Amino acid sequence: MSTTEHSEYIDSDTGKLGMWLFLFTELFLFGGLFIVYAVMRSKYSNDFHQAALELNAFIGATNTVVLLVSSMTVAMSLTAIQQNRPNLAIGLLLITLILAGVFMMNKYFEWGHKFSLHLYPGSDVMKTLPHGEIMFFGLYFMMTGLHAIHVIIGGVLLIIVIFKLKSGKINQEHYLLHENGALYWHLVDLIWIFLFPLLYLIT
Amino acid sequence: MKNHDNHISSYSLNLTVLLTLLILTTISILAIKFYLGAFTVAIALIIASVKAGIVLTYFMHLKFENLLLRLMVMGVFLLFAIVIVITFIDYYFR
Repeated sequence: MSTTEHSEYIDSDTGKLGMWLFLFTELFLFGGLFIVYAVMRSKYSNDFHQAALELNAFIGATNTVVLLVSSMTVAMSLTAIQQNRPNLAIGLLLITLILAGVFMMNKYFEWGHKFSLHLYPGSDVMKTLPHGEIMFFGLYFMMTGLHAIHVIIGGVLLIIVIFKLKSGKINQEHYLLHENGALYWHLVDLIWIFLFPLLYLIT
Repeated sequence: MKNHDNHISSYSLNLTVLLTLLILTTISILAIKFYLGAFTVAIALIIASVKAGIVLTYFMHLKFENLLLRLMVMGVFLLFAIVIVITFIDYYFR
């Protein structure tokens, strides 16, 4: 009716469409790296086999489970706000953040172990490896590193959502930011679904 | 203005989706551990694609979205597949 109501108009369908368009660019950001991986794997399959044995599949599997569970808690938090239960939504998002922390801790120990073995781009040990193994570790650090940055960004986004849930700015009627934050978090999970088998499982 | 027309996924559906994803993860780990054949990469990629499809459909609510958005997502994945195929054609036949 009034102009103030008009200025508060939120078109959630368009807002979500915009988020999806952004997710498409993210897909191609990682997609480019997946294509490099595919070509290099077919060119240096023996080197990739050797290098992949260095990775700890157990840590990879643990982080897969952690991310899948966190994806469910985010999806549930959206259900909670749709049912007008903001406190439950906040609780579920806090669990998600704890799981994100567990993921990053595992990553820290995993990368720390690689660094203690002097397996990092540009190290003296790395220079002595065959070309294909250098490519594998380069891709490993690039892809998991870029993914870890996305975990951190997603975590920050969810913290913002928690604050807006607390202040009531996100509520049963308006939860577009919550929805888009959840979509971003699911994308993080989606990318890991491909990273885990390609880097850790296949040797 | 309001998100009223949105579908609400139940908690039990979300839990079922998670359990399905965990079972598929276990299958892919076991398949690769016990079957180190020529199709290892293919098996891993097929299972990963199924998992990705489940996440897109249920966690990301594509099942309940409008047709335009679903077609866009399918189109983007098709585009990505074409890019991969063209890259490999270029790589093998240059």
